[in-house]
Amino acid sequence: MQSLTNRSKLVVNKKMTFWERIYLPAIFGGMRITLRHFFKKNKTVNYPEVKRPFSPVYRGMHVLKRDENGAERCTACGLCAVACPAEAISMVAAERKPDQAHLYREEKYAATYEINMLRCIFCGLCEEACPKEAIFLTDRIVPASLEREEFIYGKEKLVEPVDQRIDISLRQIKSYPQ
Amino acid sequence: MIADKMIFILVIFGITLLIATYLTYFERKVAAFLQDRVGPNRAGPFGLLQPLADAGKMFFKEDFVPSAAERALFILGPGIAMFTACMTGAVIPWGDTLHLFGRDISLQVADVDIGLLYIVGFVSIGVYGIMVGGWASNNKYSLFGAIRASSQMISYELAMGISLIAVIMMSGSLSIREIVEQQFDGWNVIYQPVGFLIFFICALAECNRAPFDLPECETELIGGYHTEYSSMKLGFFLFAEYINMFISAAVISTVFFGGYHFPFMQELGLPANVVSLLGVAALFLKIFFFLFVFMWIRWTLPRFRYDQLMHLGWKVLIPLSIINMVLTGGFMLLKDYLW
Repeated sequence: MQSLTNRSKLVVNKKMTFWERIYLPAIFGGMRITLRHFFKKNKTVNYPEVKRPFSPVYRGMHVLKRDENGAERCTACGLCAVACPAEAISMVAAERKPDQAHLYREEKYAATYEINMLRCIFCGLCEEACPKEAIFLTDRIVPASLEREEFIYGKEKLVEPVDQRIDISLRQIKSYPQ
Repeated sequence: MIADKMIFILVIFGITLLIATYLTYFERKVAAFLQDRVGPNRAGPFGLLQPLADAGKMFFKEDFVPSAAERALFILGPGIAMFTACMTGAVIPWGDTLHLFGRDISLQVADVDIGLLYIVGFVSIGVYGIMVGGWASNNKYSLFGAIRASSQMISYELAMGISLIAVIMMSGSLSIREIVEQQFDGWNVIYQPVGFLIFFICALAECNRAPFDLPECETELIGGYHTEYSSMKLGFFLFAEYINMFISAAVISTVFFGGYHFPFMQELGLPANVVSLLGVAALFLKIFFFLFVFMWIRWTLPRFRYDQLMHLGWKVLIPLSIINMVLTGGFMLLKDYLW
Protein backbone atom coordinates (compact mmCIF):
# COMPACT_ATOMS: atom_id res chain seq x y z
CA MET A 1 0.00 0.00 0.00
CA GLN A 2 1.22 3.48 -0.81
CA SER A 3 1.97 5.26 2.42
CA LEU A 4 0.94 8.88 2.81
CA THR A 5 4.04 9.84 4.73
CA ASN A 6 7.38 8.09 4.87
CA ARG A 7 7.16 7.92 8.61
CA SER A 8 5.22 4.68 8.77
CA LYS A 9 7.12 1.68 10.04
CA LEU A 10 6.44 -1.96 9.32
CA VAL A 11 5.66 -3.79 12.53
CA VAL A 12 7.52 -7.06 12.80
CA ASN A 13 6.19 -9.48 15.36
CA LYS A 14 9.23 -11.66 15.18
CA LYS A 15 9.59 -14.61 17.46
CA MET A 16 12.22 -14.25 20.14
CA THR A 17 15.27 -16.40 19.75
CA PHE A 18 16.09 -19.00 22.38
CA TRP A 19 18.77 -16.72 23.81
CA GLU A 20 16.23 -13.94 24.23
CA ARG A 21 13.59 -16.26 25.63
CA ILE A 22 15.64 -17.47 28.56
CA TYR A 23 15.78 -13.83 29.72
CA LEU A 24 18.90 -14.36 31.81
CA PRO A 25 21.26 -12.44 29.49
CA ALA A 26 18.88 -9.49 29.54
CA ILE A 27 18.64 -9.72 33.33
CA PHE A 28 22.42 -9.74 33.69
CA GLY A 29 22.58 -6.79 31.32
CA GLY A 30 20.16 -4.88 33.51
CA MET A 31 22.07 -5.81 36.62
CA ARG A 32 25.28 -4.58 35.02
CA ILE A 33 23.65 -1.20 34.41
CA THR A 34 22.40 -0.87 37.99
CA LEU A 35 25.79 -1.93 39.36
CA ARG A 36 27.46 0.80 37.34
CA HIS A 37 25.13 3.27 39.02
CA PHE A 38 26.07 1.81 42.41
CA PHE A 39 29.58 3.19 42.00
CA LYS A 40 28.54 6.47 40.45
CA LYS A 41 28.75 9.62 42.48
CA ASN A 42 25.29 10.71 43.49
CA LYS A 43 24.06 14.14 42.62
CA THR A 44 22.05 14.77 45.76
CA VAL A 45 22.36 18.15 47.46
CA ASN A 46 22.02 17.65 51.22
CA TYR A 47 19.60 20.54 51.54
CA PRO A 48 19.74 22.13 54.98
CA GLU A 49 23.54 21.85 55.12
CA VAL A 50 24.26 22.54 51.47
CA LYS A 51 22.24 25.06 49.53
CA ARG A 52 22.26 25.42 45.80
CA PRO A 53 22.97 29.00 44.75
CA PHE A 54 19.94 30.92 43.56
CA SER A 55 19.74 32.44 40.14
CA PRO A 56 20.62 36.18 40.27
CA VAL A 57 17.11 37.04 39.17
CA TYR A 58 15.43 34.86 41.80
CA ARG A 59 12.20 36.38 43.08
CA GLY A 60 11.64 35.59 46.73
CA MET A 61 10.40 37.46 49.79
CA HIS A 62 9.91 41.20 49.37
CA VAL A 63 11.83 43.95 51.10
CA LEU A 64 10.80 47.58 51.63
CA LYS A 65 13.98 49.57 51.17
CA ARG A 66 15.19 52.55 53.16
CA ASP A 67 17.24 55.32 51.58
CA GLU A 68 20.85 56.04 52.48
CA ASN A 69 19.77 58.09 55.53
CA GLY A 70 17.62 55.29 56.85
CA ALA A 71 14.27 56.83 55.88
CA GLU A 72 11.62 54.63 54.29
CA ARG A 73 11.36 55.17 50.56
CA CYS A 74 7.74 54.07 50.19
CA THR A 75 5.25 56.90 49.73
CA ALA A 76 2.14 54.74 49.73
CA CYS A 77 1.24 55.71 46.16
CA GLY A 78 -0.50 52.37 45.67
CA LEU A 79 0.96 51.61 42.24
CA CYS A 80 2.27 48.27 43.45
CA ALA A 81 -1.15 47.32 44.75
CA VAL A 82 -2.66 48.28 41.40
CA ALA A 83 -0.03 46.33 39.49
CA CYS A 84 -0.39 43.24 41.65
CA PRO A 85 -2.24 40.57 39.64
CA ALA A 86 -2.97 38.55 42.76
CA GLU A 87 -4.20 41.53 44.79
CA ALA A 88 -1.91 40.58 47.59
CA ILE A 89 -0.82 44.08 48.58
CA SER A 90 -2.80 46.51 50.72
CA MET A 91 -1.72 49.69 52.45
CA VAL A 92 -2.95 52.68 54.44
CA ALA A 93 -1.36 56.04 53.70
CA ALA A 94 -0.63 58.72 56.30
CA GLU A 95 0.87 62.21 56.37
CA ARG A 96 4.33 62.73 57.78
CA LYS A 97 4.61 64.89 60.93
CA PRO A 98 7.41 67.51 60.98
CA ASP A 99 9.39 65.56 63.55
CA GLN A 100 9.30 62.35 61.43
CA ALA A 101 11.48 63.61 58.60
CA HIS A 102 14.24 61.17 59.50
CA LEU A 103 11.80 58.23 59.34
CA TYR A 104 10.08 58.78 56.00
CA ARG A 105 11.64 60.26 52.90
CA GLU A 106 8.60 62.13 51.59
CA GLU A 107 5.55 63.84 53.09
CA LYS A 108 3.32 60.84 52.55
CA TYR A 109 4.15 57.40 53.90
CA ALA A 110 2.59 53.98 54.41
CA ALA A 111 1.18 53.67 57.89
CA THR A 112 0.50 50.00 57.26
CA TYR A 113 1.78 47.96 54.37
CA GLU A 114 0.73 44.33 54.11
CA ILE A 115 1.53 41.58 51.64
CA ASN A 116 -0.38 38.35 51.86
CA MET A 117 2.29 35.81 51.03
CA LEU A 118 -0.30 33.13 50.35
CA ARG A 119 -1.78 35.25 47.57
CA CYS A 120 1.49 36.54 46.23
CA ILE A 121 2.70 34.78 43.09
CA PHE A 122 6.16 36.38 43.22
CA CYS A 123 5.83 37.80 39.71
CA GLY A 124 7.79 40.95 40.55
CA LEU A 125 5.30 43.37 38.98
CA CYS A 126 5.17 45.42 42.20
CA GLU A 127 8.85 46.07 41.98
CA GLU A 128 8.47 47.01 38.34
CA ALA A 129 5.61 49.38 39.11
CA CYS A 130 7.32 51.15 42.02
CA PRO A 131 8.38 54.70 41.04
CA LYS A 132 10.43 55.18 44.21
CA GLU A 133 12.59 52.02 44.11
CA ALA A 134 11.06 51.11 47.45
CA ILE A 135 9.97 47.50 47.00
CA PHE A 136 12.20 44.72 45.74
CA LEU A 137 12.03 40.95 45.67
CA THR A 138 15.00 39.24 47.30
CA ASP A 139 16.55 35.79 47.35
CA ARG A 140 15.12 35.13 50.82
CA ILE A 141 12.48 32.42 51.14
CA VAL A 142 9.14 32.92 52.86
CA PRO A 143 9.29 30.40 55.70
CA ALA A 144 6.56 27.83 56.17
CA SER A 145 4.02 28.18 58.92
CA LEU A 146 1.03 26.35 60.33
CA GLU A 147 -1.10 29.50 60.72
CA ARG A 148 -2.62 31.40 57.81
CA GLU A 149 -2.46 34.67 59.72
CA GLU A 150 1.29 34.49 59.91
CA PHE A 151 1.55 34.75 56.14
CA ILE A 152 0.22 38.32 56.12
CA TYR A 153 3.48 40.21 56.30
CA GLY A 154 3.30 43.70 57.75
CA LYS A 155 5.89 46.43 57.82
CA GLU A 156 7.72 44.84 60.74
CA LYS A 157 8.69 41.95 58.49
CA LEU A 158 9.02 43.79 55.19
CA VAL A 159 10.94 46.97 55.95
CA GLU A 160 14.66 46.35 56.11
CA PRO A 161 16.30 47.07 59.46
CA VAL A 162 18.55 50.14 59.43
CA ASP A 163 21.54 48.20 60.66
CA GLN A 164 21.03 45.12 58.45
CA ARG A 165 20.52 46.37 54.91
CA ILE A 166 19.33 43.81 52.38
CA ASP A 167 21.41 43.64 49.24
CA ILE A 168 19.26 44.07 46.12
CA SER A 169 22.01 45.04 43.71
CA LEU A 170 21.45 41.88 41.66
CA ARG A 171 17.86 42.90 41.02
CA GLN A 172 18.96 46.26 39.66
CA ILE A 173 21.21 44.93 36.89
CA LYS A 174 19.23 45.77 33.78
CA SER A 175 20.56 43.10 31.46
CA TYR A 176 22.58 39.99 31.97
CA PRO A 177 25.08 38.76 29.40
CA GLN A 178 23.50 35.92 27.47
CA MET B 1 26.60 -28.81 77.72
CA ILE B 2 23.04 -27.55 77.83
CA ALA B 3 24.25 -24.15 79.03
CA ASP B 4 26.57 -23.94 76.03
CA LYS B 5 23.68 -24.72 73.74
CA MET B 6 21.43 -22.15 75.40
CA ILE B 7 24.04 -19.42 75.08
CA PHE B 8 24.67 -20.37 71.47
CA ILE B 9 20.95 -20.31 70.68
CA LEU B 10 20.67 -16.85 72.23
CA VAL B 11 23.68 -15.64 70.28
CA ILE B 12 22.31 -16.98 66.99
CA PHE B 13 18.90 -15.53 67.76
CA GLY B 14 20.43 -12.16 68.57
CA ILE B 15 22.58 -12.15 65.46
CA THR B 16 19.61 -13.12 63.29
CA LEU B 17 17.51 -10.30 64.69
CA LEU B 18 20.35 -7.81 64.46
CA ILE B 19 21.09 -8.69 60.86
CA ALA B 20 17.40 -8.56 59.96
CA THR B 21 17.18 -5.13 61.60
CA TYR B 22 20.14 -3.80 59.72
CA LEU B 23 19.01 -5.40 56.47
CA THR B 24 16.28 -2.76 56.36
CA TYR B 25 19.00 -0.14 56.56
CA PHE B 26 21.14 -1.80 53.91
CA GLU B 27 18.13 -2.32 51.68
CA ARG B 28 17.52 1.40 51.69
CA LYS B 29 21.17 2.26 51.24
CA VAL B 30 21.61 -0.19 48.36
CA ALA B 31 18.42 1.07 46.75
CA ALA B 32 19.68 4.62 47.08
CA PHE B 33 23.11 3.88 45.67
CA LEU B 34 21.67 1.95 42.74
CA GLN B 35 19.51 4.97 41.97
CA ASP B 36 22.24 7.61 42.41
CA ARG B 37 20.81 8.78 45.73
CA VAL B 38 22.20 9.09 49.25
CA GLY B 39 19.75 7.03 51.31
CA PRO B 40 19.07 7.45 55.03
CA ASN B 41 21.74 9.68 56.56
CA ARG B 42 20.01 11.65 59.28
CA ALA B 43 19.78 9.29 62.28
CA GLY B 44 23.28 8.87 63.62
CA PRO B 45 26.49 8.76 61.56
CA PHE B 46 25.67 7.57 58.02
CA GLY B 47 22.11 7.03 59.24
CA LEU B 48 23.21 3.95 61.18
CA LEU B 49 20.56 4.47 63.85
CA GLN B 50 17.78 4.49 61.26
CA PRO B 51 16.58 0.93 62.07
CA LEU B 52 16.24 1.89 65.74
CA ALA B 53 14.26 4.98 64.78
CA ASP B 54 12.04 2.85 62.55
CA ALA B 55 11.49 0.33 65.32
CA GLY B 56 10.66 3.11 67.78
CA LYS B 57 8.15 4.53 65.33
CA MET B 58 6.60 1.09 64.81
CA PHE B 59 6.15 0.60 68.55
CA PHE B 60 4.47 3.94 69.10
CA LYS B 61 2.01 3.67 66.22
CA GLU B 62 -1.60 2.92 67.02
CA ASP B 63 -2.15 -0.82 67.14
CA PHE B 64 -5.33 -0.98 65.11
CA VAL B 65 -7.57 -4.00 64.65
CA PRO B 66 -10.37 -3.49 62.09
CA SER B 67 -13.83 -4.13 63.52
CA ALA B 68 -14.69 -6.64 60.81
CA ALA B 69 -11.45 -8.58 61.26
CA GLU B 70 -11.25 -12.02 62.85
CA ARG B 71 -9.53 -10.79 65.96
CA ALA B 72 -7.71 -13.90 67.16
CA LEU B 73 -6.42 -14.88 63.73
CA PHE B 74 -5.53 -11.27 62.98
CA ILE B 75 -3.18 -11.30 65.93
CA LEU B 76 -1.97 -14.84 65.23
CA GLY B 77 -0.90 -14.08 61.62
CA PRO B 78 2.19 -11.96 62.26
CA GLY B 79 3.08 -14.25 65.16
CA ILE B 80 3.21 -17.31 62.90
CA ALA B 81 5.22 -15.42 60.30
CA MET B 82 7.77 -14.30 62.88
CA PHE B 83 7.91 -17.66 64.65
CA THR B 84 8.56 -19.72 61.54
CA ALA B 85 11.11 -17.21 60.30
CA CYS B 86 13.07 -17.49 63.54
CA MET B 87 12.86 -21.29 63.67
CA THR B 88 14.65 -21.98 60.40
CA GLY B 89 18.04 -20.80 61.61
CA ALA B 90 18.25 -23.73 64.02
CA VAL B 91 19.66 -26.33 61.65
CA ILE B 92 22.12 -24.20 59.73
CA PRO B 93 25.74 -24.97 60.64
CA TRP B 94 27.24 -21.55 61.22
CA GLY B 95 30.72 -22.97 61.54
CA ASP B 96 32.87 -25.95 62.48
CA THR B 97 33.39 -27.07 66.07
CA LEU B 98 35.11 -24.72 68.50
CA HIS B 99 37.35 -26.10 71.29
CA LEU B 100 36.95 -23.74 74.23
CA PHE B 101 37.52 -24.35 77.96
CA GLY B 102 38.23 -28.02 77.25
CA ARG B 103 34.89 -28.52 75.60
CA ASP B 104 33.73 -28.95 72.02
CA ILE B 105 31.17 -26.37 71.08
CA SER B 106 29.36 -27.17 67.89
CA LEU B 107 28.42 -24.02 65.99
CA GLN B 108 25.06 -25.43 65.05
CA VAL B 109 21.97 -25.40 67.21
CA ALA B 110 20.75 -28.84 66.18
CA ASP B 111 22.40 -31.24 63.77
CA VAL B 112 19.10 -32.75 62.71
CA ASP B 113 19.62 -35.55 60.21
CA ILE B 114 16.71 -34.25 58.15
CA GLY B 115 17.93 -30.65 58.33
CA LEU B 116 17.15 -29.72 54.76
CA LEU B 117 13.66 -31.16 55.04
CA TYR B 118 13.18 -29.20 58.27
CA ILE B 119 14.05 -25.94 56.53
CA VAL B 120 11.80 -26.60 53.54
CA GLY B 121 9.02 -27.58 55.94
CA PHE B 122 9.31 -24.48 58.08
CA VAL B 123 9.55 -22.17 55.12
CA SER B 124 6.32 -23.61 53.78
CA ILE B 125 4.62 -23.21 57.15
CA GLY B 126 5.63 -19.57 56.93
CA VAL B 127 2.98 -19.00 54.30
CA TYR B 128 0.33 -19.68 56.95
CA GLY B 129 1.25 -16.46 58.68
CA ILE B 130 0.59 -14.52 55.51
CA MET B 131 -2.55 -16.50 54.65
CA VAL B 132 -4.07 -16.29 58.10
CA GLY B 133 -3.21 -12.63 58.43
CA GLY B 134 -4.54 -11.76 54.99
CA TRP B 135 -7.73 -13.72 55.42
CA ALA B 136 -8.44 -12.46 58.93
CA SER B 137 -8.12 -8.84 57.79
CA ASN B 138 -11.47 -9.19 56.01
CA ASN B 139 -10.29 -6.94 53.22
CA LYS B 140 -10.33 -7.93 49.58
CA TYR B 141 -6.84 -6.63 48.90
CA SER B 142 -5.45 -8.52 51.85
CA LEU B 143 -7.24 -11.64 50.68
CA PHE B 144 -5.83 -11.21 47.19
CA GLY B 145 -2.37 -10.84 48.64
CA ALA B 146 -2.83 -13.94 50.78
CA ILE B 147 -4.11 -16.00 47.85
CA ARG B 148 -1.27 -14.85 45.66
CA ALA B 149 1.25 -15.60 48.38
CA SER B 150 -0.04 -19.11 48.95
CA SER B 151 -0.29 -20.06 45.29
CA GLN B 152 3.11 -18.57 44.58
CA MET B 153 4.70 -20.41 47.47
CA ILE B 154 3.14 -23.72 46.47
CA SER B 155 4.22 -23.34 42.85
CA TYR B 156 7.78 -22.44 43.62
CA GLU B 157 8.23 -24.86 46.48
CA LEU B 158 7.92 -27.76 44.06
CA ALA B 159 10.76 -26.61 41.85
CA MET B 160 12.77 -25.68 44.93
CA GLY B 161 12.32 -29.11 46.46
CA ILE B 162 13.17 -30.94 43.25
CA SER B 163 16.30 -28.87 42.72
CA LEU B 164 17.31 -29.75 46.27
CA ILE B 165 16.71 -33.45 45.60
CA ALA B 166 19.52 -33.38 43.03
CA VAL B 167 21.86 -32.05 45.72
CA ILE B 168 20.63 -34.60 48.24
CA MET B 169 21.21 -37.41 45.75
CA MET B 170 24.80 -36.31 45.38
CA SER B 171 25.47 -35.97 49.09
CA GLY B 172 23.37 -38.94 50.11
CA SER B 173 22.26 -37.14 53.26
CA LEU B 174 19.68 -34.62 54.40
CA SER B 175 21.86 -33.37 57.23
CA ILE B 176 23.12 -29.94 56.35
CA ARG B 177 26.42 -30.41 58.16
CA GLU B 178 27.15 -33.48 56.06
CA ILE B 179 26.21 -31.62 52.91
CA VAL B 180 28.68 -28.90 53.87
CA GLU B 181 31.43 -31.36 54.73
CA GLN B 182 30.99 -33.08 51.39
CA GLN B 183 31.64 -29.81 49.60
CA PHE B 184 35.18 -29.52 50.99
CA ASP B 185 36.59 -30.84 47.71
CA GLY B 186 34.29 -28.88 45.43
CA TRP B 187 31.32 -26.65 46.06
CA ASN B 188 27.96 -27.95 44.90
CA VAL B 189 27.45 -25.00 42.59
CA ILE B 190 30.13 -26.47 40.30
CA TYR B 191 28.23 -29.75 39.95
CA GLN B 192 24.75 -28.24 40.13
CA PRO B 193 24.76 -24.87 38.35
CA VAL B 194 21.24 -25.33 37.01
CA GLY B 195 20.05 -26.57 40.39
CA PHE B 196 21.56 -23.49 42.00
CA LEU B 197 19.86 -21.19 39.52
CA ILE B 198 16.48 -22.81 40.08
CA PHE B 199 16.95 -22.76 43.85
CA PHE B 200 17.98 -19.11 43.77
CA ILE B 201 14.96 -18.04 41.72
CA CYS B 202 12.65 -20.06 43.97
CA ALA B 203 14.27 -18.55 47.06
CA LEU B 204 13.46 -15.10 45.71
CA ALA B 205 9.87 -16.19 45.18
CA GLU B 206 9.66 -17.78 48.63
CA CYS B 207 10.87 -14.59 50.26
CA ASN B 208 8.30 -12.54 48.33
CA ARG B 209 11.15 -10.48 46.99
CA ALA B 210 10.99 -8.53 43.78
CA PRO B 211 10.53 -9.52 40.99
CA PHE B 212 8.19 -11.98 42.76
CA ASP B 213 6.67 -9.57 45.28
CA LEU B 214 3.14 -10.04 44.01
CA PRO B 215 1.61 -10.85 47.42
CA GLU B 216 2.35 -7.35 48.65
CA CYS B 217 2.74 -5.29 45.52
CA GLU B 218 2.03 -1.76 46.61
CA THR B 219 0.90 -0.57 43.21
CA GLU B 220 -1.83 -3.17 42.76
CA LEU B 221 -2.81 -4.34 46.22
CA ILE B 222 -1.82 -1.41 48.45
CA GLY B 223 0.45 -3.65 50.46
CA GLY B 224 -1.37 -6.93 49.89
CA TYR B 225 -1.74 -9.17 52.91
CA HIS B 226 -0.58 -6.50 55.38
CA THR B 227 -2.86 -3.72 54.15
CA GLU B 228 -4.83 -3.66 57.40
CA TYR B 229 -1.88 -4.09 59.71
CA SER B 230 -0.27 -1.32 61.66
CA SER B 231 2.19 -0.85 64.47
CA MET B 232 4.42 -3.74 65.49
CA LYS B 233 2.13 -6.32 63.85
CA LEU B 234 3.11 -4.80 60.54
CA GLY B 235 6.64 -4.62 61.86
CA PHE B 236 6.57 -8.38 62.54
CA PHE B 237 5.50 -9.14 58.98
CA LEU B 238 8.20 -6.96 57.48
CA PHE B 239 10.76 -8.21 59.95
CA ALA B 240 9.90 -11.85 59.28
CA GLU B 241 10.48 -11.17 55.61
CA TYR B 242 13.97 -9.89 56.28
CA ILE B 243 14.75 -12.84 58.53
CA ASN B 244 13.56 -15.15 55.76
CA MET B 245 15.84 -13.35 53.39
CA PHE B 246 18.78 -13.84 55.71
CA ILE B 247 17.99 -17.52 56.18
CA SER B 248 17.54 -18.02 52.44
CA ALA B 249 20.93 -16.49 51.80
CA ALA B 250 22.37 -18.73 54.51
CA VAL B 251 20.78 -21.84 52.97
CA ILE B 252 22.05 -20.94 49.50
CA SER B 253 25.54 -20.40 50.90
CA THR B 254 25.55 -23.66 52.84
CA VAL B 255 23.92 -25.92 50.29
CA PHE B 256 25.55 -24.62 47.12
CA PHE B 257 28.57 -22.57 48.16
CA GLY B 258 30.30 -24.76 50.69
CA GLY B 259 28.89 -23.21 53.86
CA TYR B 260 31.73 -22.41 56.23
CA HIS B 261 34.29 -23.89 53.87
CA PHE B 262 36.74 -21.54 52.24
CA PRO B 263 39.54 -22.31 49.77
CA PHE B 264 42.76 -23.73 51.26
CA MET B 265 40.95 -24.29 54.57
CA GLN B 266 43.06 -27.34 55.53
CA GLU B 267 46.30 -26.35 53.78
CA LEU B 268 46.88 -23.16 55.79
CA GLY B 269 47.93 -25.15 58.83
CA LEU B 270 46.28 -22.77 61.31
CA PRO B 271 44.97 -23.86 64.72
CA ALA B 272 41.57 -25.53 64.53
CA ASN B 273 39.81 -22.76 66.44
CA VAL B 274 41.12 -20.07 64.10
CA VAL B 275 40.05 -22.10 61.10
CA SER B 276 36.59 -22.47 62.62
CA LEU B 277 36.27 -18.74 63.23
CA LEU B 278 37.55 -17.95 59.74
CA GLY B 279 34.95 -20.41 58.46
CA VAL B 280 32.22 -18.51 60.27
CA ALA B 281 33.52 -15.30 58.71
CA ALA B 282 33.58 -16.94 55.28
CA LEU B 283 29.99 -18.11 55.69
CA PHE B 284 28.84 -14.65 56.69
CA LEU B 285 30.74 -13.14 53.78
CA LYS B 286 28.88 -15.47 51.42
CA ILE B 287 25.58 -14.66 53.12
CA PHE B 288 26.14 -10.93 52.81
CA PHE B 289 27.07 -11.34 49.18
CA PHE B 290 23.79 -13.12 48.47
CA LEU B 291 21.84 -10.58 50.48
CA PHE B 292 23.38 -7.90 48.30
CA VAL B 293 22.42 -9.84 45.18
CA PHE B 294 18.85 -10.12 46.51
CA MET B 295 18.70 -6.35 46.90
CA TRP B 296 20.47 -5.74 43.65
CA ILE B 297 17.88 -7.84 41.81
CA ARG B 298 15.03 -6.12 43.61
CA TRP B 299 16.16 -2.70 42.46
CA THR B 300 16.87 -3.84 38.91
CA LEU B 301 13.96 -5.94 37.76
CA PRO B 302 10.31 -4.95 37.44
CA ARG B 303 7.62 -7.14 38.96
CA PHE B 304 6.29 -10.16 37.07
CA ARG B 305 2.75 -10.26 35.82
CA TYR B 306 0.77 -12.92 37.63
CA ASP B 307 0.39 -15.23 34.62
CA GLN B 308 4.09 -14.85 33.84
CA LEU B 309 4.84 -15.86 37.43
CA MET B 310 2.75 -19.01 37.09
CA HIS B 311 4.19 -19.73 33.65
CA LEU B 312 7.73 -19.45 34.95
CA GLY B 313 6.98 -21.59 37.97
CA TRP B 314 5.02 -24.44 36.43
CA LYS B 315 6.13 -24.55 32.80
CA VAL B 316 9.78 -23.60 33.09
CA LEU B 317 11.26 -24.19 36.51
CA ILE B 318 9.52 -27.46 37.40
CA PRO B 319 10.34 -29.24 34.09
CA LEU B 320 13.85 -27.84 34.26
CA SER B 321 14.34 -29.07 37.79
CA ILE B 322 12.97 -32.51 36.91
CA ILE B 323 15.35 -32.75 33.94
CA ASN B 324 18.16 -31.63 36.24
CA MET B 325 17.26 -34.29 38.77
CA VAL B 326 17.02 -37.06 36.16
CA LEU B 327 20.32 -36.04 34.57
CA THR B 328 22.02 -35.96 37.95
CA GLY B 329 20.74 -39.44 38.71
CA GLY B 330 21.83 -40.64 35.27
CA PHE B 331 25.33 -39.30 35.69
CA MET B 332 25.64 -40.85 39.12
CA LEU B 333 24.59 -44.25 37.75
CA LEU B 334 26.99 -43.82 34.84
CA LYS B 335 29.79 -42.97 37.24
CA ASP B 336 29.11 -46.06 39.33
CA TYR B 337 28.92 -48.16 36.19
CA LEU B 338 32.17 -46.90 34.63
CA TRP B 339 34.36 -46.71 37.72
